[in-house]
Parts: sequence; structure tokens; C-alpha cells
Amino acid sequence: MSNEDLDAPSGRSGHLPGERGGHPSSWEVVIGMEVHVQPRTRTKMFCGCAVGQLGDPPNSNVCEICTGMPGVLPVINKAAVEACLKTALALNCEIPRHTKFDRKNYMYPDLPKGYQISQYDLPMSHDGVLELDGRKVRIRRVHLEEDTGKLVHAGDKLHMAKESFVDLNRAGIPLMEIVSEPDLRSADEARDYAVALRTLLRTIGASEAEMEKGQLRAEPNISIRRIGTEELGVKTELKNINSFRALHRAIQFEVARQVEVVESGGTVVQETRGWSEAEQRTFSQRSKEFAEDYRYFPEPDLPPLELDPKWIEALRIALPEMPGVRRSRLISDYGLPAADAGLITADVMLANLFEAAVKAGAQARPTANWIIGEVAPSGKVPTPAVLADVVKLVSGGSITRDQGRQVLTESLSSGRAPAEIVAERGFAQDSDEASVKVIVEAVMVANPRAVEDYRAGKKQALGALMADVKKRAPQTNPKVASELLVRLIG
Amino acid sequence: MDTTHMTLAELQRLLQARELSAKDLLSEHLMRIDNVDHDVKAFLRLTPDLAKEQAATADRALKAGEAGPLAGIPLAVKDVLCVKGVETTAGSQILRGFKAPYTGTAVGRLFEAGAVMVGVTNCDEFAMGSSTENSSYFPTHNPWALDRVPGGSSGGSASAVAAGEAVVSLGTDTGGSIRQPAALCGVVGMKPTYGRVSRYGLIAFASSLDQIGPFTRSVEDCAILLEAMAGRDPLDATSSDRPNDVRRDFDAGVKGMKLGVPREYYDVEGIEPGVKAAIDKALDVLRGAGAEIVDVTLPHTDYGLAAYYILAPAECSSNLARFDGVKYGMSDQEATNITDAYMNSRRHGFGTEVRRRVMLGTYALSSGYYDAYYLKAQKVRTLIKRDFDTAFEKCDAIVSATSPTVAFPIGSKTKDPLAMYLCDVLTLGGNLAGLPGISVPCGLSEGLPVGLQVLAPQWREDVALRVARAYEVASGVKVEVAPL
Repeated sequence: MSNEDLDAPSGRSGHLPGERGGHPSSWEVVIGMEVHVQPRTRTKMFCGCAVGQLGDPPNSNVCEICTGMPGVLPVINKAAVEACLKTALALNCEIPRHTKFDRKNYMYPDLPKGYQISQYDLPMSHDGVLELDGRKVRIRRVHLEEDTGKLVHAGDKLHMAKESFVDLNRAGIPLMEIVSEPDLRSADEARDYAVALRTLLRTIGASEAEMEKGQLRAEPNISIRRIGTEELGVKTELKNINSFRALHRAIQFEVARQVEVVESGGTVVQETRGWSEAEQRTFSQRSKEFAEDYRYFPEPDLPPLELDPKWIEALRIALPEMPGVRRSRLISDYGLPAADAGLITADVMLANLFEAAVKAGAQARPTANWIIGEVAPSGKVPTPAVLADVVKLVSGGSITRDQGRQVLTESLSSGRAPAEIVAERGFAQDSDEASVKVIVEAVMVANPRAVEDYRAGKKQALGALMADVKKRAPQTNPKVASELLVRLIG
Repeated sequence: MDTTHMTLAELQRLLQARELSAKDLLSEHLMRIDNVDHDVKAFLRLTPDLAKEQAATADRALKAGEAGPLAGIPLAVKDVLCVKGVETTAGSQILRGFKAPYTGTAVGRLFEAGAVMVGVTNCDEFAMGSSTENSSYFPTHNPWALDRVPGGSSGGSASAVAAGEAVVSLGTDTGGSIRQPAALCGVVGMKPTYGRVSRYGLIAFASSLDQIGPFTRSVEDCAILLEAMAGRDPLDATSSDRPNDVRRDFDAGVKGMKLGVPREYYDVEGIEPGVKAAIDKALDVLRGAGAEIVDVTLPHTDYGLAAYYILAPAECSSNLARFDGVKYGMSDQEATNITDAYMNSRRHGFGTEVRRRVMLGTYALSSGYYDAYYLKAQKVRTLIKRDFDTAFEKCDAIVSATSPTVAFPIGSKTKDPLAMYLCDVLTLGGNLAGLPGISVPCGLSEGLPVGLQVLAPQWREDVALRVARAYEVASGVKVEVAPL
């Protein structure tokens, strides 16, 4: 989990940047999302090539099929179908008995066959819903298709390039396309939707959904309309977004741009706009006025798929608990604050760790704090037993929190048990009043000013004294020391 | 003993008995090609190195007693079937110089069975045509009359077998492209049920209609070749895992069988009297062999041609999109932008008929026209399938002429694409319905071969072969190598 996941860059208020135009409440933002997700598969959508890694040498994961040689045929990857069905089920979609693939025809050098195999009028699933903080976002469809290759231009800009190269490593990689209805009303909601989708995909194991690796690509469709009106405004579609932060900013920028266009008497043009990370703005990519006619027709090389209801049912039963449901359960069963439960269930690994550590005897609230404060930022996940031991040692007063942190780190790198490390390092916390008194008295002598301040009623002076205690004798039990200080000074 | 005039089955016996070596059989065929192909022009290119290697392998296998059913048999392959390392161009300039990086399944299975590939045969560009005159290289000549066409699109494969240049050959049939040239060249040709033979490695024209099939000098040879390449292929999702039972009851005869004669086929517009007479005679022979000839009807026949010429171009417009000059084949180097590069490569790389069909198909799939053309044509296709289903309730197989005419003079129809399209009127129904169909020689009209077509229900190649075999035996008509 990267820091960015938990980042709310410009506040969660959802105020329109267009407010500076002086009409803060006159516009409603309407956003629908198209999200492309690479399902977790070993091989490509229609051939046996490995899906490979970002950074593989160009054209190293290719064969005659995914390079569109004459005479080749596609064969459906069952693992991709399964991932798509699991996703559809997790999104409460309807799954028809009968589905098929279609050809979407257009020519571009990154598209080796001159058509993309996708799904048009009979998608793998339709009409689902994703719950977002109690709000329902309707899912129009989840379908399967194949990715295109990548063009690499010699030079910065396409029209300046002397040469262009085609890398077909990505060509034929499976993609699930998850299309929402225009139910999102702010940049915040759109970002939260994408994050929730990622959590769900990871929970069910359908995808690793790493945005930075291009495994999850969000394309928002954005329009604005006067509050109180029903009719949808002209929309623009944003592309080239490769982080949740960029998604948020791009939408904010685009909304402000549309408000400005309309308020200065113009009209929004239906088009695809790119997000420039460098310039932090959207720019026109291609107008829909010259929209391509994709001439969809059923893919004759693939027989229609008849989905076995028994298979679907088995997949449904095998689905794990969904993140939203688990979040509510962590709040009610363990008394976690809503925010903590949200952070923990955002990552299925953390949620599993939490429940297992508590089961191993650690208290719930401190375990949650350790996961949010230590485990999540470090990105290194201990076994539930190790975490439970550390939490127990710290809450029981045997070691300090600082020592607990060290024990956790050491245990993660050496694999040894926390108790063993504590014993070896002599980490046991000093709670013996007689020995603590020696330290406390020395600190009082060394800090006469702070002692006077405390006596004069400045309670915060105690902090400076405690800091000195920690510096001189880190193993001192802070609770015992502070009680002793208060007693001796008073 | 002239091995270039013998059947696969006869040669098989000689090879297995070690009375003939694959090496000698090959050199006799290469010599025959050398002698006649400057007239016939069946081959676009020869593959003597590959052939010699395969013949040597076959001889070793024959010696060891481990030979496959096709060991040492000279085979010619239509220029739309990919063979690794061999230039494969679909009769088109756009693929000139393209060497396939892999071998397709059907050809691969014949190689496994021991076949010896002598060369690549001429065809209409991307299999679009009925005379092989749309080849971007040169027309092929009918071995029976060198001023006439061999039919098409697999004209090179048909004439290679007819001229004794190969014992067997492979073609592809999208609307009649095996059966019609087989009829015009006086050889046996078969289109299997859609899904019987893997299409992997077949440069697609119309994916839902294309099938690979054999050209041979006897019905038995046809069955042997089909059996060797049929069956499920994990690389073709449309291939079937039905049992490979094409030779079941091969010699059981037609006694007690009902053979349907569709009146729409029997009286098809433009059928030549000589062709009709030959078919009447063939029906008499079948009747004499114990078959009952019954009238059936295929009421939507008239709409078949129109539906076919929507669906096949629609699929081809998409299938041919990959020939863009970017990855392989002809590539325009003058253009300064990608659109011009596409346009120039395709304008120069594709011939007139291919461009015509790409444009027709693009139009038929366009937004606003899809329902009126593509969707309507699919509905017609369903009706045509239903026609055959109904007909097969009354009969075991359907018999008709394969082509309304005998071989026509080269150049006589090239100015009129619609007249050329009518060549397929009796065959394309089998493609639309996915049926197996075979054409067997049934005598001559004006000194030129006439073909008898037998269509059977889906997956009943055994029935088509059995009827064709019964006719062959009862009629005594033996496939002759054309008098060159």
C-alpha cells in the first residue's frame, strides 16, 4: 500500500473550484467511470503468451497470435473469464446464460489485427451496484476484452517523431471493462469509487489492480448541469490518468474548466481529453465529431459462450466477504472507530492480519493502531502471531512502544519470535519504583526550571521532564515515571 | 507405370510394399511439373528442398515400417495455408515475400502423416473469385483446355491434381472454392462440415464460412486425406471434438438411401444443357444402384447469393484489416502520415476484387446500414439452414450439379463480377448452412468435365463420401489425368 492510497490531497470537502466564479451552488457535477482492469492471469486473453512485467524488453512476450500474423485464431482464456465473473458477482451484477465476443474495427499501428476483440451487445454481466459509504453506485456492465500494444515515438511529440516503434507485449493482455452509470457527483466520490473498486478486486483476488503498473486505468466521463435539472450536460472523457491523485485533480480541473466555459457563454464540446501530469491540466485529444464507426459484429472465430449456472453458483459461494460488509462488521464486532475500520478493510491482507491477531489474543483497538501506525506505512506484513505478541508485550507494560517497534522490525527481518528478541536484547521495561526513582530524581536536579514551571501550574512542563527520562533511561516504564514525577514534585 | 496418373491408395500400396520409393515418386512429380506447368501454371512456387527432406524422412519411415498413411505422397498446398518458412501470399501482392512463421494445423497434420509438399498453388487473391483469374500473379489454365479457367478460387490446387503434378492437394472453400474447381478440372474435391478441419493457419477470407478440404483422384483418396487432417484443434475454438468417423460405412452403397434433388438447383438459371444431361445420367446411375431419387425444395435459394455477398465481404473487410503495411508484406515508404501509409499500402497491395469486397463489407457493417444488410443477411442464413434441415427430413443427402457450367474461356467473365458470382450459386448454400459437400466427376460435356455435388447433413461426411463412392463404383467413371 503506497502513501498515496490514503492521501486526500485537496481536502474532502468536494467544493467546486468553480466557486470562484461566484455561483457556488448552481452547478451539479455528473461523473460516470469506465475502469479497465487487468485480471490476474498467467497468460494473455487469446493466446498462450505470458502477460509479463512492466519493463520487459519490447516484443518479448509475443507470438504469431498476438502479433496478428495471417491465419491465426483466438482461443478464450478461461482464467480471465473466471476473474471477470467473480468481479461481476462481487459487484452484484446479473450474469446472462449466453454471452459472446464482438469485433471492434479500427486501424492503428498498436492494434495488430485491425480490430479489437471486445464485447458489444451481450456482455459477460450487467446491472450491478457498488456501495460507497452507504451510497449505491450503479454498474452498467462488466465485460472482457483485449489490450492493445504500445507505440514508442523517437522524439517527444508524435508529430515531430522521426520514427515510431511498436511494442506488442501488452497486445492481447486481458482487460475487464467496468462501466458505471453517471452516479458520481464529485472528484472525491470518483476517487473513492476507484479506490473501493481496487479494494474489492484485491479482496476477491481478481486483479492486483496496481494503477502505477497500468493494471487499473480509470477514465471518468464528466459533465455539469444546473442544480435541479435532470438533463445531462455534454460530457468529456478523460484519459492518461495513472494515479488516484491524478484522477482527483484531473476531475477538479475539468469541472472548473467546464464551469468556466459555460459561464462565459460557451458550450462544452464532446471530446476525449488527456490529463497532463506535468502541466496539471487536461487538453483536447480528439473530438467526437469525427467519431469512428467501429462496425461491431460478432467475432466469428469464437463460438458464443454458454455460461454454466453451476459454475457461476460455485464462484458466487466461494467469494470472500466484501470490504464494505467487513468494515461494518469490524465496527460492530470489535468496536473499532469507522475511520480505522475503513483503513484496515481497504487492504484485504491488513484486514485478515487484524482479525487473526485479535484471535491470537491481542486487544482489538491497540492491534488496529499498530496496523495503521506501523504495519501499513512500512508495507511489511508480519504474521498474526508476531503482531499479537508485540501488541501484548506493549499493552501489558513489559516493553515500551519504541521497543515494540524495534522488536517488530527485528522479527520481520530475522523471523525470530518477539519474546526471544526481547530477552536477548534485555528489552524488559523497568517498572521497579526504586530504580525508576533514581532516574526521576536525577532528572529533577538537572531540570530545575521545568520543575518550577510545573509547580507554578504549567502542566506541559511534565513533557520536557519525561523526555529527559526517556533520553537517560529508554527502558523506563513511562507510566511509573510520570506518576513518580508528579508525586515527588507535588 | 506412370506414377503421376495414379491414386493415393494405389501409390500407398506400392510405397508400403517398397516397390516404389518416396524419393523416386517425388522426382517423377517434379519432372512432370517441369514438363507441364509452363502451360498449366498451377504453381506459384515450388518447394523442392522441403519436399526432398520430407521424401527422405518418408523413405526412412517406410523402411522402418512406421510410415503414416500419407508417407511419400506428393502434396500441393493452396497459397492461403501457412507453412513455416515458405512464402505464403494468398495470391496477393500485399503479402509478396511473406514467409509464414508457423505451419497451420491441417497442413501440419498431413506432414505428420508423411506427406511430401511439392509446392504452393495459385488461387484468386485472398480466395475471392471463381476462376483463379483474380490471382495477382497470373491466371492458371485448365489442363483439359488450356484456354479455359480451372475454376476457383482453389484453381491451382484443382489443376495440379488434374494435370498429374501432385497426387493430392489442399484447397479452401468459402462459397464453393473447392467443389467448383474440382468439377471444372474433373477431380474429386470436398468441403467438410464447418468445424471438422481446423482453420488455424488458413489466411481468413470469411471466418464463418471458410473450410479447408482435399482435392484427389478418387473418393477413397478424399476420405483418407480428410481423415488425416480432421478433428479438434485446441488452436481453433470453432473446431469440433466430434469423433473422426468420416470413413464409416464407406463402401455400404446407396441401396435404400433417399437422395433429394432440389428443384431450385436442378433448374437453376443458366444451367447448360450438357451439364443437365450429365446430371440426369448420374441420377440414373444412382437409381440403378438402388437409391430412391426424391424431389425436395430449398425455397430460399434465390436469396442465398445476396446473403453470401453481404456476409462474406463483411467478414473479409475485418479479416483483411491486418494487412496494413506495418508488420509484414507490402509497405508504402513514401507516405508522411499513418493514414496515407495505410491507404497507399492497401491500394497498391490489394487487387480490384479484394478492394471491391472490402468496400462492400465495410459498407454493410456501417452504423445505420448494419440492420438492413448484415443483420438481414444473417436472418436469411438462418432461413437457408432451415431449408436444408427440412429437406434432410425427406432425404439422406442432396444431389445436384456442382457448377451450372463447364469451364469457361479465360477472360470471358472478368468484366462482369456479377456473372462471376453466379458460378457459386449451387455451392454457397452448403457454406451458409455449414454442410459437408463433395464434387465427383460425372462425365464430360463438350469434352469438358462436369461435377456431381453431394451435400449431406452437418457432421455426415460419411454419408457424402458413401454416396460419392457408390456413384464412382456404379458409374465406372474414373478420374483421368487431363490429356496434356
